Amino acid sequence: MNTEFIFKYLPLYEKAAVLTLRIGVEGIIIAILLGIICALIQYGKVPIIRRIVSVYIELSRNTPLLVQLFFIYYGLPKIGISTNAEVCGAIGLGFLGGSYMAEAIRSGLETIEPIQAESALSLGLKPAQVMRYVILPQAVSVSMPAFMANIIFLLKETSVFSAISLMDLMFTAKDLIGLYYKTTESLFMLVVFYLIILLPVSLLGRFIERRLRYAGFGT
Amino acid sequence: MGEELLKIEGLVKSYDGHTVLDGIDLTVHSGEVLVIIGPSGCGKSTLLRCINGLEPIHGGKITLSGEEIRNGSKNLPTLRQKIGMVFQSYELFPHLTVLDNITLAPLKVQKRTKAEAEEEALKLLERVGLKDKAKQYPRQLSGGQKQRVAIVRALCMHPEVMLFDEVTAALDPEMVREVLDVMLDLAKQGRTMIIVTHEMQFAEAVADRVIFIDKGNIIEEGKPKEFFNSPKTERAAQFLNIFEFESVKD
Repeated sequence: MNTEFIFKYLPLYEKAAVLTLRIGVEGIIIAILLGIICALIQYGKVPIIRRIVSVYIELSRNTPLLVQLFFIYYGLPKIGISTNAEVCGAIGLGFLGGSYMAEAIRSGLETIEPIQAESALSLGLKPAQVMRYVILPQAVSVSMPAFMANIIFLLKETSVFSAISLMDLMFTAKDLIGLYYKTTESLFMLVVFYLIILLPVSLLGRFIERRLRYAGFGT
Repeated sequence: MGEELLKIEGLVKSYDGHTVLDGIDLTVHSGEVLVIIGPSGCGKSTLLRCINGLEPIHGGKITLSGEEIRNGSKNLPTLRQKIGMVFQSYELFPHLTVLDNITLAPLKVQKRTKAEAEEEALKLLERVGLKDKAKQYPRQLSGGQKQRVAIVRALCMHPEVMLFDEVTAALDPEMVREVLDVMLDLAKQGRTMIIVTHEMQFAEAVADRVIFIDKGNIIEEGKPKEFFNSPKTERAAQFLNIFEFESVKD
């Protein structure tokens, strides 16, 4: 392995990692917000909108991110919305992640027995307060493993961003291989940088899960 | 006995066309302890749930000090503060400590100060012998302890009437006593209580009045001594007899 090559192109990878992480975080924030809204709509059985949410969830979960990105990247300008690749990446990731997050949160919400809500209501709490102080905290702790798995999954999905010419980690590695034929070094750096991003997330997830595990133990 | 507190007139409740409560008329006075007994599925628990506005009703009217209790109405959260409810399955919030369970509603609903709410919570916990459990989570408590915490949680809101829905039914016999003692103590303090129970001796000791419900109707009503010793209706007599066994061996 050529260490000189590695050190020479380290800054390129660092820049790409920052871009990957930034779009990843933006996309995940969109996914979480979208997920919470969709989960609450489905949990609350809001008429009509609930059907739209179901269609969105099936559409988003059953099509590849690459296809979704193409639709957003090449489709939006066709209907007159001009945008750039980075925004497209974040929106695409959010669109894909929203449905996974919605399903994770909804399954958490559904494990909480309705009588828990009734006991909170009987104390005089308003429905929104019941959701905020009693149902959501418990649901989140039940959903946390799926939730963290989704975050890691979405961060990994950022590797298809290169297809819409975003200079993320994958793009950088492919570019360097194409230019210098240093396949081993380029791929080695790619793996290292993905691990640098994902390992802390994974460990953080395990830590949070352990902290939240109390809600799993009966009433 | 005080003035009329809770008034139920012609209450009808049905599930999928099956009538559970068939025109219940009932008045509870301030300071009264009313015990409701009856066979499983007779509508006792449904009656309590209607009083707390947890169920939509299909006829009649429930009022607390003149204000109507109706499922879905805007002032329901305000009215519910005046009605404490204790459930058979405790329903403590598992993600909160005992103290936070008790102070959640006083803080968020009544906007009391943390110091004041916690002080009262600890005082009430001491009264039921659980002050040392304040910082523990519900999963660390026994069933009887959980139920006492649930009673304290309801009390801390200063309700005008307390509803108890078979609160000892899920407990083993040793724990039943500790919960019933707390309830006897509350009765002595002159609290208004509506108790659904299968503990007949307790019912006789605690009640000012007993009503017997079967198939959604009040079949019999009376003073506990008269009711338990010489029920007027055949149905009540039959029900009470279930609890006596004759020896089968010499």
